[in-house]
Amino acid sequence: MIKGTLLLLFSFLITILSFAQDGDTIEMADTMRENGKIYVVVAVILTILAGILLYLIRLDKKISKLEKHK
Amino acid sequence: MLPIKRLLLYKPQCMKKWWWKIVCILLLVYTITAGLLFNVPRKPIIQESIRNLYFHVCMWFSMMILFTISVVHAVKYLRNNNLRSDILSRHYAVVGIVFGVLGYSTGMIWASFTWADPNSSSFSSFGAIAKDPKLIGAAIALLIYFAYLVLRDSINDLDKRARIGAVYNIFAFAFLFPSIWIIPRLLESLHPGGQGNPALNPQDIDARMRLVFYPAVIGWTLLGVWIVSLKVRLQMLKEKNVLES
Repeated sequence: MIKGTLLLLFSFLITILSFAQDGDTIEMADTMRENGKIYVVVAVILTILAGILLYLIRLDKKISKLEKHK
Repeated sequence: MLPIKRLLLYKPQCMKKWWWKIVCILLLVYTITAGLLFNVPRKPIIQESIRNLYFHVCMWFSMMILFTISVVHAVKYLRNNNLRSDILSRHYAVVGIVFGVLGYSTGMIWASFTWADPNSSSFSSFGAIAKDPKLIGAAIALLIYFAYLVLRDSINDLDKRARIGAVYNIFAFAFLFPSIWIIPRLLESLHPGGQGNPALNPQDIDARMRLVFYPAVIGWTLLGVWIVSLKVRLQMLKEKNVLES
């Protein structure tokens, strides 16, 4: 199941290469991407997400322990 | 068998499995990374904020899925009188409400930069967007679910609480359809999707965005189910403690 999911995610990533960019006059955060600073935002959000998920995992384990004590 | 005795026999199985939690984590990491970095269509006014589709819209999708699971458990309770279904139904509704409130507040932020901008005369005023039928409909739907919690949790008798809660849950779910699916579509609204299904319509969202959007919906929904499973397991422990003491 996990292997299959990873494969699925990988196939998503591969297809993204095939899309061409439609450069236009509409203002987007292109400079932010050039400077590479957008990755800082990604890192920050991922850290927060990791914190929340670790908290959930810990809670899950604690509840499992409580259930075993019964 | 007495409904209370059935509770004691309850053993969580699928809730303890880890594979779907790992899928949830992977999908959320993918959502945030791809959602911020992949190419998106260039559209006037919304510009980069189109990426909110992976977050704001997913909150509403998850809310709808969680409310659907909640009403299924409510109907199950009315059919089999198993208090476990009642607990499941209640916690799915609570987490659904949390996702709904998050969807509402993220929508507020998004709208204040795309629909109404005090610095730009070409945008609508805040007064105009406050009257938007989609916002009022969603607010009514959420308020009805708030009332569900007030009603169910104010009754002390276990069976009465479960029965009244289940019946009200079905009413609240039925009311979602006029208030967030039908009426906003009949009236003019600033919110996209008046002519069909927002986010599912191929004209609203192109293939690049769907690559992130669908995994994002699944990821956020699984996160909601995970939180529900923890809340339910804790509630079960509490109930068992009360019954055994």
